[in-house]
Amino acid sequence: MSDTGSKPGPEPSERTAIGITFGNSNSSIAYVVDDKAEVIANEDGDRQIPTILSYVDGDEYYGQQAKNFLVRNPKNTVAYFRDFLGKEFKSIDPTHNHASAHPEEAGETVSFTVQDKAGEEEGPSTLNVSEVATRYLRRLVGSASDYLGKKVTSAVVTVPTDFTDKQKAALVAAAAAADLEILQLISEPVAAVLAYDGRPEGKIEDKVIVVADLGGTRSDVAVVASRGGMYTVLATVHDYEFAGVALDKVLIDHFAKEFLKKNSSAKDPRENARSLAKLRLESESTKRALSLGNNASFSVESLSDGIDFASTINRLRYETIARTVFEGINRLVESAVKKAGLDVLDIDEVILSGGTSHTPRIATNLGYLFPQTTKILAPSTEVTALNPSEAEARGAALQASLIQDYEAEDINQSTHAAVTTVPHVGNAIGVISVNEAGEEVFVPIIPPETAVPARRTVHVSAPSGGDVLVKVVEGNTHIKVTQPEPKVKAPESKAAKVEDADEDGDDDSDFSDDDDEEEDEEEKREKVWKIGATLAEAGVKGVKKNGKVEVSITVGSDLSVIVTAREVGGKGGVRGTLAAASA
Amino acid sequence: MEATVIPLPLPVLPEGWEAENNFKAIGKITQESAATQRTLEPVGPYFLAHARRARHKRTFSEDDRIQAQERAKKVEDNDDGEISEPEDPMMLQREAKDWKSQDHYKVLGLSKYRYKATEEQIKRAHRKKVLKHHPDKKAAAGRADDDNFFKCIQKATEVLLDPIKRRQFDSVDEEADVEPPTKKQLAKGDFYKQWSKVFKSEARFSKVHPVPTFGGEDAAQEDVENFYNFWYNFDSWRTFEYLDEDVPDDNENRDQKRHMERKNANARKKKKAEDNARLRKILDDCSAGDERIKRFRQAASAAKNKKRFEREAAEKKAAEDARLKKEAEAQAAKEAEEKAKADRDASKKAKEAAKNAVKKNKRVLRGSVKDANYFAGEGDASAATIDAVLGDVELVQGKIDPDEIAALAGKLNGLKVADEIKGVWKAEVERLVGAGKIKDGEIKTLA
Ligand SMILES: Nc1ncnc2c1ncn2[C@@H]1O[C@H](COP(=O)(O)OP(=O)(O)O)[C@@H](O)[C@H]1O
Repeated sequence: MSDTGSKPGPEPSERTAIGITFGNSNSSIAYVVDDKAEVIANEDGDRQIPTILSYVDGDEYYGQQAKNFLVRNPKNTVAYFRDFLGKEFKSIDPTHNHASAHPEEAGETVSFTVQDKAGEEEGPSTLNVSEVATRYLRRLVGSASDYLGKKVTSAVVTVPTDFTDKQKAALVAAAAAADLEILQLISEPVAAVLAYDGRPEGKIEDKVIVVADLGGTRSDVAVVASRGGMYTVLATVHDYEFAGVALDKVLIDHFAKEFLKKNSSAKDPRENARSLAKLRLESESTKRALSLGNNASFSVESLSDGIDFASTINRLRYETIARTVFEGINRLVESAVKKAGLDVLDIDEVILSGGTSHTPRIATNLGYLFPQTTKILAPSTEVTALNPSEAEARGAALQASLIQDYEAEDINQSTHAAVTTVPHVGNAIGVISVNEAGEEVFVPIIPPETAVPARRTVHVSAPSGGDVLVKVVEGNTHIKVTQPEPKVKAPESKAAKVEDADEDGDDDSDFSDDDDEEEDEEEKREKVWKIGATLAEAGVKGVKKNGKVEVSITVGSDLSVIVTAREVGGKGGVRGTLAAASA
Repeated sequence: MEATVIPLPLPVLPEGWEAENNFKAIGKITQESAATQRTLEPVGPYFLAHARRARHKRTFSEDDRIQAQERAKKVEDNDDGEISEPEDPMMLQREAKDWKSQDHYKVLGLSKYRYKATEEQIKRAHRKKVLKHHPDKKAAAGRADDDNFFKCIQKATEVLLDPIKRRQFDSVDEEADVEPPTKKQLAKGDFYKQWSKVFKSEARFSKVHPVPTFGGEDAAQEDVENFYNFWYNFDSWRTFEYLDEDVPDDNENRDQKRHMERKNANARKKKKAEDNARLRKILDDCSAGDERIKRFRQAASAAKNKKRFEREAAEKKAAEDARLKKEAEAQAAKEAEEKAKADRDASKKAKEAAKNAVKKNKRVLRGSVKDANYFAGEGDASAATIDAVLGDVELVQGKIDPDEIAALAGKLNGLKVADEIKGVWKAEVERLVGAGKIKDGEIKTLA
């Protein structure tokens, strides 16, 4: 952010800062009023604003209006360009640009050729992707400024976790050219986490969160350790197969086949660019309708050979034909957890973010993947969930309002790697308590993957009073698996099922609920704490009956440990230090 | 954050626990064993507080940044160096409609990995190929309509990312097969290594995991037995749908459709049976040459023989012992009998001798009264006197046992004088009267 070479940004006092998600499919703008983040609707009333520009007779359209031109004016419409910023032609994937302006090689970058001026004599322009981004951001910021009634000067913008420094620099430069100061680029999944934690009712807890950001052209999953309100990304996976357009494709094929069945002499609408564009737009809106209702209609005028086509589909049918994509998403999320070296039992929350996360079936399926105790934060599973399309923009807005009063250099220094790179404890640190069976058990106080310095305090009961032992130990978890009583013939039936599923894969029978037919006893998996190395012992003497002992553990940035223990409400107490391990 | 309340109680301080200021430092958190450098996300109010503390009026340079980033554990892995292999020009000419016969792994540059490729590797490989072969890029380079290989890529990805379709393809992916070693190869190479490879490759079809490995020359008998047990009962998911003939897609030809479906189903069944037979043959061949099995068998039969020898020896010894015992008993019985007979003979002789002695002594007793002329003085003793004396002698004799008779005879032997003889008799009679054996006055002639 320091070497953009642009003119100095505005003074903190003159800033108006917003949060922006600049997506490959859609973008959003958000602002904080009265400590609450709000996503702003643009002049068309859209909060998810398609990341698309279209030129017709010298006029520039953006957002949904531009998207609608994909049918009539695809050549002069630029879509799915965000991921090309800061990249060379040879390393871009042009798949999704097939039905709009095509990317071209332009030296070190990528460009699009569009007729952006009125009048044939002007000739088409070749715009490199930075220029396209600048134009788009200018429109986005313009909408925000109109809404807020003052000029937006600055923004926090979200980017995928795998955005390279080069891509970030290109984005910052493109924004600067649109007269927008980028206060900070923050990663998309963390923006979603902040949106939840930053709600007025949000509570800061130690937890492990999976953020599944399911968008239009890609799905990104991140595993985030949230420790005392600080976030560390433990693992990420990226996928370009199982995302929104794959679901559109399922519906496109479904309705195209149905159309051909009804009109056996008509041409396949998928083979004509314009018909395909119509199919695609309508399929997407049918798909969105299926996130809300159990039935959705599909209707296209003059789909192919001048024939109108109208049909309906119910959710069950949709979920059957889209099963491969849904299952792929589950496997993707599972692989992220594995990559983080964790088990599904370690995950406290799953935040569903991105447009595709509206799909109820995806949330339900993820519910099956995780234990019952894991919260699946999606509209269909949790009433308090944020709108998945809005979470990241809200997070960006919250961050913008947090840092807008700082000098740019200050922000730069605070986000410096020397500040962000810190040791994280590998094992949990806690004390030993006694359970009902009289056995010693580990009680975590500082969980694993907590950044240091860190301090945590707990109150442990001492019901019988007297002299008690505070034994500070390390601990870690393992997964205990209990096999069910073996059942005869179980493997046989499972094998048969796989084959069945395959044969049903493509035919027209609806999903029977044969999933529930046999209630297979599943193995029982639990997370158990193991007591590790002892760090210290402290004796708290003369505790009152039914008293409580406050134990506080502080780990320093040099990994030294300070333990204090005292009776709650009592005087005195014990304090001891474990020296830092000599580096 | 607020203090969490933990309901489970703390343990009681052990008896005799003592420490200065009631605190004992015991361990340490060590950087190597217990902490990783990671990158905090510079987001949110709590991070801002952290940053304020960490900076503490310090300013960091670009060098600091690079150093710090190098220390941090990497989360993003953009490296796909592992998925690169030269593209066969023949492969690039493929027609997408022949996708059934295409090697999907090779198309994606994953020939090395095949069934072992992870989903992430497949996705990355696909992406790499898309970046290179997307038709729009070729169009940009002036080669329009060149999307055949791109379609091959799409088809390969479609198959490999669908777990069911992938299994169907993996089922017939001959490139992943490892042929069983020939006799020649076995003669030259390591038996265990060569077969190991075969089973490692076959193991991909197992429904059950982990699959026991073949092991080496010194594998334990239990492991080898486990291995063969597992494989002779192999539970395979291998299927042969992929080799189905196309079923007509239209509704007009229902009969033909049904016919094709039946034909396919039968073909699958047959192939499955053949595959089972193939695996069985592999196992038979392998186990036939497996020296370990021979060794175990020899060891087992040696052990069995040893047992038999031991048993036979034991039996022999027992028989011998029994025979000896029986003989000894017979001998003892015989000796005992002989001794008893000897005893009997001896006692018979002794009795006879005693009888003779008694007869002889009695003759002495009778002779003594005759020598004493029946106590009749000088004249001939009357018949009545003789009778009475001899009657009394008889009487006394009847009252005493042979020893007493002998003793009495001893006293009388050699005596010739009637009075002396009478004196002896008289003493004897008195002794007997004293012992209550004879009534006083019962013996008249001798008293
Ligand atoms: N209500 C909905 N139900 C299902 N899919 C939706 C819904 N709303 C948006 N989508 C899909 O979400 C995708 C866009 O998600 P978004 O997060 O905006 O994408 P990106 O991150 O790629 O910019 C599109 O495929 C769109 O069709």
